[in-house]
Order: sequence, then structure tokens, then C-alpha cells
Amino acid sequence: MELLTNNRRFGEWWIKADDGHESRPKVTVFKRKFFISGLFLTSSLRCFGKCFLFAPDFTVKILMASHSVSTSNVNLWGGGVEPMKASYGKLMMWFFLMSDTFTFSALLITYGLIRFSHPAYAGPMDHAVFSQEYWPLPDMVFNGIPFLHGVHLPLVFVGIMTFILIMSSVTMVLAVEAGHRMDRNDVQKWMLWTILGGIAFLSCQAWEWTHLIMGSETGQMVDGKIFHGANLVRNEYGPPAFADLFFFITGFHGTHVLSGVVLNIIIFYNTVIGVYDRTGHYEMVEKVGLYWHFVDLVWVFVFTFFYLI
Amino acid sequence: MSSHDNHQSATTVAQKPDTKAIWVTFWILLGVTAVEFLIAFTTDSKPFRLVTFILLTFVKAYYIVGNFMHLRHEVKALIWSVVFPIAFIVWLVAALIYEGGSILGSH
Repeated sequence: MELLTNNRRFGEWWIKADDGHESRPKVTVFKRKFFISGLFLTSSLRCFGKCFLFAPDFTVKILMASHSVSTSNVNLWGGGVEPMKASYGKLMMWFFLMSDTFTFSALLITYGLIRFSHPAYAGPMDHAVFSQEYWPLPDMVFNGIPFLHGVHLPLVFVGIMTFILIMSSVTMVLAVEAGHRMDRNDVQKWMLWTILGGIAFLSCQAWEWTHLIMGSETGQMVDGKIFHGANLVRNEYGPPAFADLFFFITGFHGTHVLSGVVLNIIIFYNTVIGVYDRTGHYEMVEKVGLYWHFVDLVWVFVFTFFYLI
Repeated sequence: MSSHDNHQSATTVAQKPDTKAIWVTFWILLGVTAVEFLIAFTTDSKPFRLVTFILLTFVKAYYIVGNFMHLRHEVKALIWSVVFPIAFIVWLVAALIYEGGSILGSH
């Protein structure tokens, strides 16, 4: 068994066994799992931070308790103090979204870095084949749409998904606008459309994932045998990092859409039972709206970097 | 907030939906996406596609953040607090374009 120093493929050291068989070392798989658990840990910490975001009074009380300040006669966030003419909750939502921008940027930049460290496909465009040697053309991977099995339609399905998400962003901003007018019926109507849009998008993404995981009928030679579809260790479309990054980044975005849908449902419920009419303003719709638009914004970038380029 | 509340009772019935700006933004976003599709299906030049797609993505980002997220109408301090940190991302991209090759070492 020897380490192949001259066969440093895809940034990984490969092992050559005594019988000449080359394989990916187990440590790489371990490294990947380690990375995944690290990401889950950091995101759960961030979710914990999010709880503070939605409970400003609680946060301030904790902060003041830790400095032994009496909370009875100090009312820091009771209203009226708006340094940037935006309420505490809205401001914190902006800064939370900024931190999310960094997370998604880091993921997409990693995608770019790993992609451009692999050789690009240089053959003919009309009948490109997959290989472990180069990064696949997105047109050739994401080319299916539901109910049309085996038809080559690049970009069409993802175009539909993009349209759904932009449309749900529009209905969200219409809900915010209705909130400014204190029009409960309109807020309800547009929130419901937004929730439907979010669910439709998630369903599309579930189909897209299934399509990629199941793979084509012909499959591809991977590690010495025919392999169909994709998982985190190997895939028929190209280097393992391709499927890893796809599942990671679209999965991370999909999780954001999912929590967005949950938040939207909560806001819809609150609207229906008249919470915001009693509070006197619909600012919560605005705050969740910011989050929802951000999810749309991230998709715009994912769409460009995964599907177009 | 209090002045906001006082106006409610008088204006609840009278106000009509004012959604023209929202739909204009929607058509711009749809139009830009349509142009992206057109380019994706008609051109093969790699550098041209790369540059155009990234530029058009930022055009869309501008309209989503500016109009949908309403950032264009916030105070200057808030706009800059949100926009300026993007410089760190630009710096990361620039640094990796300059010496990213040595990390994964293929080229």
C-alpha cells in the first residue's frame, strides 16, 4: 500500500493497494463527516441566537441582569429609541441577515474555488459525457422536469422554481404593503399565497434532489463499477465534491426556505386571530418579509452559480 | 410608533392599495431572468457568459434588496451598515482569485 503522491486528484491523496487498485483513503470520508457535524453545530448555535432576535425584551433583561442593573426603572427598548429609524427587531433582522450573507457567500465562494481547481469540460457541447476527470456542465446534469422522463430540457425546471420564488417574494411584499394599510383581509390573502409559493418551491426542490440522487439509467463508471445517481461520497456526474457542494448549498438554502414557511405560517395565524390589529401595527409581517426576501435573494445567487455558469 | 397609531382609525377605510412599484420591480426581475435564459441558450462564449451572468445577478440583487426589502428608503446609516460589510466578501473573493490556486493546487 502506498500513498500516490503523483496522483493528487481533486485535492485528495489517493492510496494504491498492493494489487494496483487505487482508492480514496478512508480518512477523506471521515473528514467529510467531521465537516458536516461541524456545520450542524454552528447552525444550531446560530438558531439559538435567532431566539434572542425574536425576544428582544428577554434579551435586554438577561443583559442587564448580568450587569446587576435593576430592570424596573430602565426601559431601554420600550419604544421611541430608534437610532436608525428602524425598530430593534427590524435592525436585528438586518444584522442577522448580514451574518447569513457571510455564511452563504462562504459556501458559494467555496463552490467557486473547488470548481475552478478541477479541469473544465472542453469537448463538444451537444453530446457531452460525464466523467470523474472534470467538473460537469450544469446543463447536462439538471435537465429533467417532472412527468417528462428522459427528455433533455436544461434549465426549464429550475426556471420554474425561480419564477415560483420571485412570485412568492412579490406576494410577501404585497402582504407588507397591506399591513401598512392595516388591511387584515389583504394581509391574510397575500400571506397565504406566500406560504403556498414556499411549499411549491420546497416540493420542486424535493423532486430535484430525488432526480439527482436516483441518477440516469446508464450511470457511470465510478471507482471501478457502474454507479447511478449521487450521494456524498460518489456520484455519476463528476468529482465527489460536485454533489457534496450541491447538496450542501441547496440543502442549506432549502432549510432556510423551510424555516421561512414556518415563520410565515405563524404570522398568518397571528394575523387571522387578530394579534396585529390589537398591537396596532403589522411590523412582524415586515420583519418576516425581510427574511423571506433574503431567501429569494440567496436563490438568485445559487441559480447563477449552480445552474447558469 | 405612537403617531403611527393615531392615524390608523382615520385611514383604515380610505386607503387604496398602492402596488405599482412592486409590480414594476417584479417585471424587471422577470425580464432580467428571461435575458439570462436567452443568453444561456444562444451563446457559447465562456468569458462573456460568466461576466454577464454575474453582473445580471447583481442587478437582480439590487432590486430585491432595494425595493422588496425596502433598503433604498431607509436612512443612510442603515444602508451603509448593511452594504459596507460586503467589502469583506469582495476581499475574500479577490484574495482567492489571486492565490486560491495554491490551496487546492491543481493549476
